[in-house]
Amino acid sequence: MDTGSACGHDLPGLGGLCGQSGGSVNAGMAQSKGWVRRYFKAFCKGFFVAVPVAVTFLDRVACVARVEGASMQPSLNPGGSQSSDVVLLNHWKVRNFEVQRGDIVSLVSPKNPEQKIIKRVIALEGDIVKTMGHKNRYVKVPRGHIWVEGDHHGHSFDSNSFGPVSLGLLHAHATHILWPPERWQKLESVLPPERLLVQREAE
Amino acid sequence: MLRGVLGKTFRLVGYTIQYGCIAHCAFEYVGGVVMCSGPSMEPTIQNSDVVFAENLSRHFYGIQRGDIVIAKSPSDPKSNICKRVIGLEGDKILTNSPSDFFKSHSYVPTGHVWLEGDNLQNSTDSRYYGPIPYGLIRGRIFFKGGPRLSLLFSLQIKELTKKKNPASFYQLYTFT
Repeated sequence: MDTGSACGHDLPGLGGLCGQSGGSVNAGMAQSKGWVRRYFKAFCKGFFVAVPVAVTFLDRVACVARVEGASMQPSLNPGGSQSSDVVLLNHWKVRNFEVQRGDIVSLVSPKNPEQKIIKRVIALEGDIVKTMGHKNRYVKVPRGHIWVEGDHHGHSFDSNSFGPVSLGLLHAHATHILWPPERWQKLESVLPPERLLVQREAE
Repeated sequence: MLRGVLGKTFRLVGYTIQYGCIAHCAFEYVGGVVMCSGPSMEPTIQNSDVVFAENLSRHFYGIQRGDIVIAKSPSDPKSNICKRVIGLEGDKILTNSPSDFFKSHSYVPTGHVWLEGDNLQNSTDSRYYGPIPYGLIRGRIFFKGGPRLSLLFSLQIKELTKKKNPASFYQLYTFT
């Protein structure tokens, strides 16, 4: 490879420098140095492509989480602490904050922002709910809020304790149970029959 | 011919996805530029001002009293609000005007913050909808762009980060 003359043609200002370095470098050493540099470049390129794409996918499209606690028995974690269910969390479905009554959703806990809780949506904005254990007997869900409850009443820290939650805290919609394999199923959006609403917002 | 066009399209889509993901990571974990509209933070932030928000304080739970934060609106999750943090969890907030005889106060519950705009007469904030959960906070404003950008940089930082003046009729007491 004739590096001296190529440098002289393309970069007239650096022609002198190129000519000097091109002549003195050993061919074998130049090849191994080039291999390391090429590997480093490829690694950086891959890293800066893969990490943002993976992070964006886990934040915006879907991720996986393990469920702990007994607040959603018998739908989730029926075995208690022996075997925790692993669920698929779908962020894409709630990107416009659209949820239906009966969906199982995960949200940021209003009492502890470091923790996420997973509950079932019982009522949307405008509905009137008959509460179980809340300080008011009947609560009208304000605009932009939802009422969530765990399926295991009495063992659940949910809207009966902290009231309606803002839709801005919504994190994801749990659609499938992935693990253990014998509990592989799609989670249905059904309201428990004993939690029928007192009054629904006019459709 | 077709293969060339197809190849170019795929490469364009690939670059778009890559830069979109980098932009998402930057806005979500580092910070970004926001335009504020509305009169509720005058005179600190005027209508249609451009401000710089950082999201690191939110992730490390470093939001303090006196910070101006951007949060999701509790009644409309698709819109954002820009207010000052007056009280953190456990603080005691006086929630009435000085003309009332009986002073009523409330405590900010755990995991919540109390927000107020600087323009008290023209601001819909926690005095109207109550304390908001910490999880709704998106980021903290640390710098404001404007005509005074070049000259008064340090004065703006001081104004944005000053603690709320306790001489106003909203007083607060820390609990612990």
